[in-house]
Amino acid sequence: MSVLIDANTKVICQGITGSFGALHTKGCYDYGTKMVGGVTPGKGGTKDDNGLPIFDTVQGAVDATGADATMIFVPPAFTADAIFEAVAAGIRVICAITEGVPVQDMVKVRKVLDDHNAVAGPNKKIYLVGPNCPGVITPGPKTGSGKSHDDPYTNAGCKIGIMPGYINTHRSESKLGKNVGIVSRSGTLTYEAVWQTSNLGLGQSTCIGIGGDPVRGLGFIDCLELFENDPDTDAILMIGEIGGTDEEAAAEWYKTNGSKPIAGFIAGRTAPPGKRMGHAGAIISGGSGTADAKIEKMTECGFEIAETPADMGGAVARAMKLEAAAV
Amino acid sequence: MKIHEYQARDILSNAGVPVPAGTVIENVETAASTYKQVSKEAGTDLVVVKAQVFAGGRGKAGFVKLVRSPEAAEEAARFMFSNKMVNQQTGPDGVECKKILMAAGVDIEKEFYLSITTDRATRRNILIASAEGGTEIEVVAESNPDAIIKEPIHPLMGLQPHQARRLAYRLGFKGKQVSQAVKIMIALDTVFREKDCELAEINPLIVTPASQDHPDGQVLAIDAKFGFDGNALFRHKDIAALHDPSEDNANELKAQKFGLSYIQLDGNIGCLVNGAGLAMSTMDIIKHHGGEPANFLDVGGGASEEAVTEAFKIILDDEGVEGVLVNIFGGIMRCDVIAQAVVNAAKQVGFNVPLVVRLEGTNVEEGRKILQDAQSEIPTMQAADDLGDAAQKVCGAVAGA
Repeated sequence: MSVLIDANTKVICQGITGSFGALHTKGCYDYGTKMVGGVTPGKGGTKDDNGLPIFDTVQGAVDATGADATMIFVPPAFTADAIFEAVAAGIRVICAITEGVPVQDMVKVRKVLDDHNAVAGPNKKIYLVGPNCPGVITPGPKTGSGKSHDDPYTNAGCKIGIMPGYINTHRSESKLGKNVGIVSRSGTLTYEAVWQTSNLGLGQSTCIGIGGDPVRGLGFIDCLELFENDPDTDAILMIGEIGGTDEEAAAEWYKTNGSKPIAGFIAGRTAPPGKRMGHAGAIISGGSGTADAKIEKMTECGFEIAETPADMGGAVARAMKLEAAAV
Repeated sequence: MKIHEYQARDILSNAGVPVPAGTVIENVETAASTYKQVSKEAGTDLVVVKAQVFAGGRGKAGFVKLVRSPEAAEEAARFMFSNKMVNQQTGPDGVECKKILMAAGVDIEKEFYLSITTDRATRRNILIASAEGGTEIEVVAESNPDAIIKEPIHPLMGLQPHQARRLAYRLGFKGKQVSQAVKIMIALDTVFREKDCELAEINPLIVTPASQDHPDGQVLAIDAKFGFDGNALFRHKDIAALHDPSEDNANELKAQKFGLSYIQLDGNIGCLVNGAGLAMSTMDIIKHHGGEPANFLDVGGGASEEAVTEAFKIILDDEGVEGVLVNIFGGIMRCDVIAQAVVNAAKQVGFNVPLVVRLEGTNVEEGRKILQDAQSEIPTMQAADDLGDAAQKVCGAVAGA
């Protein structure tokens, strides 16, 4: 088990012929993801370097391949339209990797998505991850070198996005036989956390990069709920950063609804107010969105806090009360 | 992206929001004649002379003056053009004033606050209004939170007249003021959505005393502030053209050209990191071990030799930097490739200050070996085992130097 995606998820890439789209389509395909095709208007009927079929429209790709997930690499000006197209075609999991999408586009996207999900049946719900995110990975046990699709890294995992796959560990190959679910607003900080937890002997059920933009798809609460209900997730690590109040809201949610051990880290303790720290959403404004306020609320709601980014694995171990010897 | 007050006034005025008469001048010679023109147009001898700089606190610094004669207008303009404005917000270097707005003074019966921004929690634009105008909204939020009204705006339909009417009555507008206020609110929302704003603020929005022409008074925007979504500027060439580069940090601009995200701070340890979240938390861990971060720098996912070279140059250009920490998590990009890029860049730039390099990820062993082999050529360089070790090493090296 896992959340959002697994070995059976069939994935397409919107923007498959662009340089990033092509690079990461190959990365996912070589990892072992069931890549079934891609979309670039005007290139329908051709194939990419991996031999994957290219379609003019998402609907065309879905009709021909049965794809239920997509990763979007189109330029920011066209990202909202790409998401709308995926929604219209009934794609279940949409990962928008693109950075730099206008906020007002995302306000409209969220309205359309929320309206869809409000009336959708339980199996028709659409999950948007991102934009400005690394994507989602559900690791599988290592079965090959991962250097080509003929020798994939795993035949039982799914990677949708730009993250390195090999740093993740499947439960069956973890020393402690336990899984942590990771949700994060930052890409490389997620890799850091995956690395640390893997080194501690833990596996990961699923890692979700929700992205660094102020208005986005899945939020922390959505992901905590997914992990809470996933029998394959033993503990949760939530990695936030300055800006907004999503971490505080998620901490409140956990206090009422959470039962699994949880650890957290907030990036940006030293960030000056009013300055945007790389991510569009990482800004302290009008005295709200500070790291201290988030950490205080998370501590109060039962999170084990990582004091530094080097301590994220350690915080998970403390939350899970792992034996010192094992760590 | 921020714009100046006079530009914000133009945008509002074009959208149908009434503003007092006013003109921008760029030299002191035109001050007296402009005073006469504005004064005549508005039928008042009171004119406000306002320096167009981004920093706040203009009034206290003498960069906003009320004048009642052409001579006084000229004197105020001369002061603003020939002095730099220096206060806490500008920093010790101060800011130069290149443009001055001369606007007609108006009598004020009542002041209001009006703004639109995107609320992250509800993922919608919201209109924020208060009958306590003239002061900063953060101050009102602190002292009298009940005085602030928040109205969510439909993401696809925009602010509806019935919402604006309800707000206008609740704020205490009376008689013919109501329809004027409604028109202004709708116009502000239209500008906000059409121009991809992050913030559109009118403060104060005022009502003038009753007069023969306006028995219920007039609703006017006196001061306005706009912030625009930098990610949306590609579809607003008119807004992008308003950008004033004189207010930018030279190093931050240079970084942008090379695809680096850089923010200069005032600490002593420079850092070069891939990824915004990791870059922010690298600053945090430097502070945790007793150092002060000199910058935020996200070199991007690739960390190519060219990008790292430029990043090093920018970091070392900051005279406050006494040591540099490189923290790269090699994911898609392998550590050996990154190590080679760091070594080549360090050789090219030349390091006199301690350089601590921490690599993790794919091919990390090969990467560390490349660093070790280059040790003799870059004597101030050390490799670190992990993130905590790296921060301790760079803070220790700087403290010991």
